[in-house]
Amino acid sequence: MERAQCLELLYPELQDKLVVTIMGACAQELYDLGHRESFFYLQHAMGLASSIGLGLALHLPEERVVVLDGDGSVLMNLGTLTTLARYRPRNLLHIIFDNESLLSTGGFDSQTTSGITDLAAIARGAGIQHVVTAGTLMEFGEAALEALERDDLSVIVAKVDAVGPDLYGMDLQLPENAFRFRRHILDRKQA
Amino acid sequence: MTVSYENSKIIFDGIKAAGIRTVSALPETWLGLVLQRAEDDPELELIQVAKEEEAIGIAAGAYFAGEPHLLLMQNHGFLAAINGIVSLAQLYSIPLCMLIALRGHWGEPYAWHTRGGIVTEGVLRALAIPFEYARDPAKVAAQIRDAYTFSESSLSPVALLLTRDLMED
Repeated sequence: MERAQCLELLYPELQDKLVVTIMGACAQELYDLGHRESFFYLQHAMGLASSIGLGLALHLPEERVVVLDGDGSVLMNLGTLTTLARYRPRNLLHIIFDNESLLSTGGFDSQTTSGITDLAAIARGAGIQHVVTAGTLMEFGEAALEALERDDLSVIVAKVDAVGPDLYGMDLQLPENAFRFRRHILDRKQA
Repeated sequence: MTVSYENSKIIFDGIKAAGIRTVSALPETWLGLVLQRAEDDPELELIQVAKEEEAIGIAAGAYFAGEPHLLLMQNHGFLAAINGIVSLAQLYSIPLCMLIALRGHWGEPYAWHTRGGIVTEGVLRALAIPFEYARDPAKVAAQIRDAYTFSESSLSPVALLLTRDLMED
């Protein structure tokens, strides 16, 4: 299973959601499907995508928030899983694409390589109630649909191949992304 | 030395008077009484993190949501949050209003706090983060309000350093 396939499957469901992605391949693959004003690409500060998602979800209970995370990023901020569990935003789906690799920085092994560290087990141990590991596209699709319908915090660990896009580039400056994302949210609040 | 009950109340009231609705924090001795009040007050929501860098992400989320937010941390927590401050807040022009307990400075009896206390101002300067020292309980509420105003207008992290004079009796 490739992350790009998961994103393609998920993309129509993201229409009315607020989405925060991590840097690199994940951001690029989502952008390549078609940028939306409701997408925020965190191109640095590894580990904080889920914290941004938590901040959004707690302050915008009427919205649904989807975080597209990765094994390398979440390993840099494991505490986030405990904070997510503690505050348990009902409107947050945290997807961790686990390619068992630090792909965007040269493909080095990560702590999840060969299943040494089980991120789903860590999420469960942190106290998150709904945690699924998806190994196939079918499993991922089912888990994502269930999670998006569920009125509770959910984590999906999607085991994906360590491959990314051939070309990188966005016609979007970083602060521009932040400004437009915020404006979009404020417009939605007023609507 | 005990944490000032009276000044903790003044700081808490100042946070509320500045229009802040949610606070993210990692508990710290000097901040304890402020955080207790935040926990007990239905008008203010406290989000307690496991490590301070998380709070930078949460603050960004609150900013995107248009909700007035403030961060409370110890200076060692500020030091632990620097990549988030640089590569999220500063990179994307996201305001942060940070109230930082300045441990390890003038009068510090505990050796373990001293190194962090000595470098804090220099690190703030290196990061071009505007800062003020809060020493006077008569002025701290206005300083909190001004820190928040400036963070929002400059789209930048801003730090108010809570000193021993203010925090201890």
